[in-house]
Amino acid sequence: MTDAVVIAGRSGWRTRWRAVLRMDPLALAGLVVVAGLAVVALLGPAIAPYPDQGTGTANVAEAMQAPGPGHLLGTDQLGRDVLSRIIVGARNALGVSLAVVGLAIAIGVPLGAIAGYRRGAIDAVIMRATDLALAFPPLLLAMAIVAALGPGLEHAALALAISWWPWYARLARAAAVSLRERPFVEAARAIGVSDRRIIIRHVIPNSLSPIIVQATVDIGTVILAAGSLAFIGLGARAPQADWGLMVAEGRTVILDQWWIPTFPGLAIFVSVLAFNLVGDGLRDRFDPRRRR
Amino acid sequence: MARFLARRLGGSALVLLGLSVVTFLLARVIPSNPAALYIGPRARPEDIARVTQALGLDQPLPIQYLTYLRGVLSGDWGTSIGTKRPVLEEILGRLPASLELIVVAMLIAIPLGIGLGVLSARWRGRGSDLLFRVISIVGVSMPAFWLALLLQIVFFRQLDLLPLTGRVDADLRFTAPITSLTGFFLVDSLISGNLTGFVDAARHIVLPAVTLAAYPAGLIARMTRSSMLEVLDQDYIRTARAFGLRGRLIANQLALRNAMPPVLTVIGLTLAYALTGTFFVEIVFNWPGLGTFAVRSLLNVDYPAIMGITLIGAAGYVLINLAVDLGQAWLDPRVRLT
Repeated sequence: MTDAVVIAGRSGWRTRWRAVLRMDPLALAGLVVVAGLAVVALLGPAIAPYPDQGTGTANVAEAMQAPGPGHLLGTDQLGRDVLSRIIVGARNALGVSLAVVGLAIAIGVPLGAIAGYRRGAIDAVIMRATDLALAFPPLLLAMAIVAALGPGLEHAALALAISWWPWYARLARAAAVSLRERPFVEAARAIGVSDRRIIIRHVIPNSLSPIIVQATVDIGTVILAAGSLAFIGLGARAPQADWGLMVAEGRTVILDQWWIPTFPGLAIFVSVLAFNLVGDGLRDRFDPRRRR
Repeated sequence: MARFLARRLGGSALVLLGLSVVTFLLARVIPSNPAALYIGPRARPEDIARVTQALGLDQPLPIQYLTYLRGVLSGDWGTSIGTKRPVLEEILGRLPASLELIVVAMLIAIPLGIGLGVLSARWRGRGSDLLFRVISIVGVSMPAFWLALLLQIVFFRQLDLLPLTGRVDADLRFTAPITSLTGFFLVDSLISGNLTGFVDAARHIVLPAVTLAAYPAGLIARMTRSSMLEVLDQDYIRTARAFGLRGRLIANQLALRNAMPPVLTVIGLTLAYALTGTFFVEIVFNWPGLGTFAVRSLLNVDYPAIMGITLIGAAGYVLINLAVDLGQAWLDPRVRLT
């Protein structure tokens, strides 16, 4: 997690995006996959070869068929087309991930901005809270919360957001600490603009670039985390089409029907990889210390 | 250094106290009726009332917390609902298996990660740099539970080289039993000169350890690369180069030590990752460690066990962070003053 704070002018965004595209072939490859994933998630059942099987309808007559012309990635123990389930699952994966990161940003960024801008006691309280939340090993807090709330996709998403917001609070605080000394913020303060308005209008918008970079990487990381929770039975529940759950369901037949857990796992891996590549590309562009 | 140590120890103790509050609240406040969970689905109202009283759940929350804290400090971590045995006993009995796995994984990940990172930085921009970067980003993007399954398919099913699951073969008990001294099978079998046992334990730990090492190795490689690049750009390195020192000497002797502090932080982070990462690996490889117990407890809402596991995991993380800070202070004298 970098503490480096880069303040990007709004006009700089477009040229920098263009530069990203020109510079790094790996990031570009990641971007193409991310775009493809977004399209698949949006269209979902509409482009699945067997939409009803994608959403869970069993077709036992065709159970456990190897990949072939009828079912490109084979069928699972209930005869459902694996490809269709992966396509339908993309919406879950991306949707949960966006929800978690969005919620984490919505909680963390305002808190961090307030802490960094106001400093003093409120800063101390907020930062001690983040320290505490970050003192748990990754996922352990989320797992404990899901166990307490009961398994399920929504609970897993909520638990992940609760354990994720402190990272954004730290990033936003670091940005706010440096922004509060900048002339345009001081000027706003001098003419009597309220703290609240300064935070909303000046501090938060100007601290967004490190947050966006982090969010890009985190969307991938959350796909992985949600998949992991589902894999051990703390996330999505059958018959939902969820990649992590599909790997778990196929685990028992791994040695003979290898395709059942392999392809959903591949979907997780490729998505996480793509978001990591894009995030790396963005970070290299926006963080001057790493621009090389 | 003594003052630094005292301050850091005090800070860690406070964090642990805070963690115990969070853990307590999670287990006691969110479940609607812990006593009913304790007895099971067929609990009668009078049983629930009796257990509520016996567990002190009718007391005000602060009193309950103090009782819990006193129990934790005196070694009474409650009784697991699932196994009906003391939680601390369960945890300590399984900890060596998990620790052995984590240690072996880190012994793979740290040299591999640092090696990849250093070479990648030295060969910045070349094809091999790109290749090493791809390897490390693949490492951090790979779901551990999926990698575990792939390795099982390849090394058990296809090549028939390594065992599928478990910590030792089931019949090792009869042929060459490992006497437990440290709980680390690799160490115990070596101490007692049990070569058959050692080979068997080693064969069993390869796949889980490699699986657990993938993410840490990737992350360490990434951090080593970027930290090395930063150091290699500095004036003193340029001077050394101007004096005609060779590239490998510069990288290994001059740059690496100064590039280490951020790498050390990441090693700490990855160790913390391994604490929970081992849950997923243990499940797939049927490894009899803390992870399998943890997952079973989480799924069965065995809240005394969950509290214990959360606490021990968090305490482990706090210790790791403390060790990382001390390591930083040792590597970089400036850290001690701040």
